[in-house]
Amino acid sequence: MSVAVRTTRASRPRNRRADRWGDVLIRAICGLACLIALAALAAIAYKLITGAHLAFSKFGLGFLDSSTWKPNFQQFGALPFIYGTAMTSGVALLLALPIGVAIGLYLSLLAPQRLRGVIGPLVEMLAAIPSVILGLWGILILAPFIRDREPGLHNVLGFIPLFGRPQTVGASVFTAALILTIMVIPIIASISRDLFLTVPRELQDGAIALGATQWEVVRGVILPTTASGVVSAGLLGLGRALGEAIAVAQVIGGGNLAHTSLFETGDTMASRIAVQFPGALNELHFASLYYLAVILLVIGLVFNLLAQLISRRFSVERAVSR
Amino acid sequence: MSVAEFDPTAPLTPTGNLRRRLIVSRIAVTGATGAALAAVGVLGIVVYAVVKRGASQLSIDFLTKNPPQFPGPGGGIAPAIVGTAVIVGLATAIAMPLGVLIALYLTEFARGSKFAALMRTVLDLMNGLPSIVIAVFVFGLLVVGHGQSGFAAAVALAIIEVPLIARSSQEVLLLVPGHLREAADALGVQRWRSVLGVILPSAMGGIVTGTLLAVARAAGETAPVILLCSLIRPGVHVNAFSVGTGLDTITGGIFIASEQADPYSQARAWGAAFVLLAFILFTSLSARALLNRNRRRLSG
Repeated sequence: MSVAVRTTRASRPRNRRADRWGDVLIRAICGLACLIALAALAAIAYKLITGAHLAFSKFGLGFLDSSTWKPNFQQFGALPFIYGTAMTSGVALLLALPIGVAIGLYLSLLAPQRLRGVIGPLVEMLAAIPSVILGLWGILILAPFIRDREPGLHNVLGFIPLFGRPQTVGASVFTAALILTIMVIPIIASISRDLFLTVPRELQDGAIALGATQWEVVRGVILPTTASGVVSAGLLGLGRALGEAIAVAQVIGGGNLAHTSLFETGDTMASRIAVQFPGALNELHFASLYYLAVILLVIGLVFNLLAQLISRRFSVERAVSR
Repeated sequence: MSVAEFDPTAPLTPTGNLRRRLIVSRIAVTGATGAALAAVGVLGIVVYAVVKRGASQLSIDFLTKNPPQFPGPGGGIAPAIVGTAVIVGLATAIAMPLGVLIALYLTEFARGSKFAALMRTVLDLMNGLPSIVIAVFVFGLLVVGHGQSGFAAAVALAIIEVPLIARSSQEVLLLVPGHLREAADALGVQRWRSVLGVILPSAMGGIVTGTLLAVARAAGETAPVILLCSLIRPGVHVNAFSVGTGLDTITGGIFIASEQADPYSQARAWGAAFVLLAFILFTSLSARALLNRNRRRLSG
């Protein structure tokens, strides 16, 4: 049995119309903000592609495997920069992934509670240092330091073509890779720390009760349950390294050629854009730089989406298993 | 194996296989600790280098004077400080309302919907875009056919800030207790009134600190200001809308000085780096402290 409650005219809210419109309005405004963000992403893709149109029609996909970059002669090819990007970010990821994951392990499992509260924020502060300051430090302090160490590395590891004859300046692919390593480590460290904290306590306790050592808990329980998350952390770090323009531009030396040796100068796509864009010589030069930006955009989007897909699958697995 | 052989007073020392496993474990733990210390060490080395070379530059003149017209000692970075403040302020004025409104839509009006999931993906993608790509986009949008301006750089920085602000605001809005919304609903309060009068104010602290973090990030961005407002006139300027000329910025100045061999401009760059780093570390540390306090208050 239901009781009908009848409101009198006086008890109704007085500004009902204003209220109804208020609801619609705030919803519309918030929705509009979302649409602006969506439109911005679409506009970025559109603008870059139209900017690169001239280079698309002139070079096509041949741009990707041509290795001449001569703005004066209207010849452009991206191969040395694709190579430089792959080298710098590859070395950076190779160094940063184990270190970052180790820091994540330390902060989530090993460190005493009080130290966690200190070291965690300090590692995050490393991520807050602007790239231009890291680059300034890189070229004025790290590069001379590296230059003095390169002959030693060359003597010991010279049989590997990567460690070729050292240069005299210190601005090299190797220095750039080290700077990128410093930038990527805090990203991987903080993601993997959060990741390891989600591993159920019972699993770890079970392993410890069976007599596993700390390392065996990590090897047998923590890393297998979070493997996909670690991969996506690595992808996010790689995405950051690929797109870094400024710090790389400061320390890589801006070479036009691809070298096997890490101690030679080189250039990455992002850094080439940052250095040559303000003084581009002609329309085709602009279009070619836009073309590089399109490549960066595509790689960046793909890596980010991959990272999201992997980590989402990971969190679904986690939710189901609970 | 007889009972008599068991000696309870013998010390418990691992032998053989167990010993090897413990050593491996010890090595792994030492390695992880070493990695953490190495990261802190690198932070220390970089900060020390900046403080050592930059702090000696610092003086009232350095903060309030123009750089010298011709290469030489002395002078300050006043135009760069003002320019960075104007550009970052403008960018935040654009990005903060957008970011907060997006977060409101996702938490209050579309929670759990397909659109919210799409939007979150888009925000993550925007967050992952290299700033150089955003700078090139804004160049094509605002600079081609018009000329450089501080406004163009502000738009680029706003695109960088929006996902950061939206993400952190969303986190705080999700922490606003459900019973606040229910209480407002039970009193017959209209949705828009409860959003503006109840939900937003209780999340305000978190939103402000999220915005501070975004400001710290934007102040350190270099690629956009190099591409979009690097043509500068001498002297302090505040007009971000004058098309054709850019505004001097701290990060732009450091980048240009690091490409030159002039020791005096390098000295000024270290000073500028010190000012910037001090601002960024102070802002992000205090924002983080505030954020923790807010989170505790909201969830506790």
